[in-house]
Amino acid sequence: MGSFEKFKMLDRMLKAVKYLLLIIGALFVFVPFLWMLSTSLKTGAESISIPPTLLPANAQWGNYVQAWGVAPWLLYFRNTLIIAVVGTTLLVLISILSAYAFTIFSFPGKKIIFMLYLATMMIPSELLIIQNYVTVTKLGWIDSFRGIIIPTLANGFYIFMLREYFMQVPSSLFRAAKVDGCGTWGYLWKVMVPMSKNAVSTIAILSFISYWNSFVWPLMVTNTDAHRVLSIGLMQFNYSVSSEVHLQMAGTTIVLLPMVIFYIIFRKKIVSGVAKGGIKG
Amino acid sequence: MLSKLKQKRSIKGKRSKVVIENGQISVRSPKAYLYLLPAVIVLVAFLFYPLIKILRMGFFERYVYITSTGTGFGLSSIKHVLADPVYQLALKNTCFIVFIGVPITVGLALLIAILINSLTKGKGFFQCAYFLPYVTSIYAVGIVFKWLFHSDYGYINLFIKIFGADAVHWLTDPKYVVLSVTLFTIWNGLALKVILFLAGLQKIDKQYYQAAKVDGTGRLRVFSKITMPLLSPTIWMVTMISVIHAFKTYSEIVALYGSDAAGPGNSAITVIFYIYNMFFTKGQVHYAAAAALIFLIIVIGLTAIQKIISKRFVYYV
Repeated sequence: MGSFEKFKMLDRMLKAVKYLLLIIGALFVFVPFLWMLSTSLKTGAESISIPPTLLPANAQWGNYVQAWGVAPWLLYFRNTLIIAVVGTTLLVLISILSAYAFTIFSFPGKKIIFMLYLATMMIPSELLIIQNYVTVTKLGWIDSFRGIIIPTLANGFYIFMLREYFMQVPSSLFRAAKVDGCGTWGYLWKVMVPMSKNAVSTIAILSFISYWNSFVWPLMVTNTDAHRVLSIGLMQFNYSVSSEVHLQMAGTTIVLLPMVIFYIIFRKKIVSGVAKGGIKG
Repeated sequence: MLSKLKQKRSIKGKRSKVVIENGQISVRSPKAYLYLLPAVIVLVAFLFYPLIKILRMGFFERYVYITSTGTGFGLSSIKHVLADPVYQLALKNTCFIVFIGVPITVGLALLIAILINSLTKGKGFFQCAYFLPYVTSIYAVGIVFKWLFHSDYGYINLFIKIFGADAVHWLTDPKYVVLSVTLFTIWNGLALKVILFLAGLQKIDKQYYQAAKVDGTGRLRVFSKITMPLLSPTIWMVTMISVIHAFKTYSEIVALYGSDAAGPGNSAITVIFYIYNMFFTKGQVHYAAAAALIFLIIVIGLTAIQKIISKRFVYYV
């Protein structure tokens, strides 16, 4: 009996250590965000005090009003939203069409084309940026939504994820659809996509996040506010408030907040989608 | 089983022929090409074409992209890049991030995932908390880190002072810049790896653990004889993804230093930063392309090594 109690205590201690380690780890993950929030509410003097203070003496909500006035945030927000929504819609659409072709059709060259698609996943997109920049310049697409979105559609990743799901749709449904006078086009939209709506919504969410956060390519092909996304707007904003940390952090919070809310709402879907799909780019 | 596999059935349509093979429909119709067309257009225009173009560009001594003309076809640009001290520094820095940063990230992520997986309560909470950095804009987070690294006002120096260390100029002292970038990549990369490890752990068949429980096997033995071997494909996959990702380190540097220079005197330059810097800042397309060519060879080499090693050593169920 004594040894059992000892074992139970050891077990409880082990549990406590586990939680403690995880909380310390989570703290390291959260410190940058907490510091950002705290600093965004400090006064200019507080934000650069030595040693740094943990919390503001009085929360300066006015920092947000001031930061909001410096840059055209609504325009950046609108641009980001347009790029994320249009980019995601187009990418999901062309991925659905291709995945469908590889699922139910057989045609000469299927194997070779499939291999080429597979190869696209191994090519680092970083290599393509130089020539794509040249192409976009020659097409006159610099500083336009076309220039930001269209080159990023060259992405074979989601096609494979979708195909995996499409393959699981039972073929008996195809015969049934055929009897009902459904062609291949109707079968895709009336049966295949609704049956795989979990997979479709997962890739839509993942692609939305990566469009929302993309900044290397948009930075290269934009040069005016008219098409700038939030991250690049933030870059511009930081130049104009240069050394004022508290304002920089208010701006950074403005930029991060929409995605954090999006994450909290869709967290289960996002986490399971990433876990299933592995990685992108 | 075999007779079922070979079973074929045909349905005659108006134009196309439908065959059901191994339980999978296959429609013989040229319409398939129409479905593929949109993806093929963008893939050819913005993936295969630029790839071929860049591979060719790298072999020119001088190249003008506006007119798409080059002079002096040969290996001179590649030789120039390989001999460039800046490129060698970029390679050295990148290797630091890969060989120091990746093992730390993968190790930490594995530890965190195993801890989270062993919890009975709060699994979902910790999973979501650790994954947050994945969805936040790296540029925005980079600005925060810039200040955390600040030598006077930053929390990181405040933290190391507790242990009696002197203030470090993380982002301005060339001795520390690569370390700072690596720390940032560790923080940033942890999220994805934790989630991938958790997914791998959850895929392990519970039966093995039940069997071990019946046999009264100790915790450590269960871990070393069941968890680790069955997780090894995941560990391998995550490591390879991380290595390739770390070789591409670029956005972390732009987030910390902007896109004009990688820190003081380009001291934090990486291979990809070198390529873009050559092109956008210095306007030397041929060197940028040559550096890209070398990079592609590295990536292909890594992928080949991955294939060979995973065939030999990784235990698959």
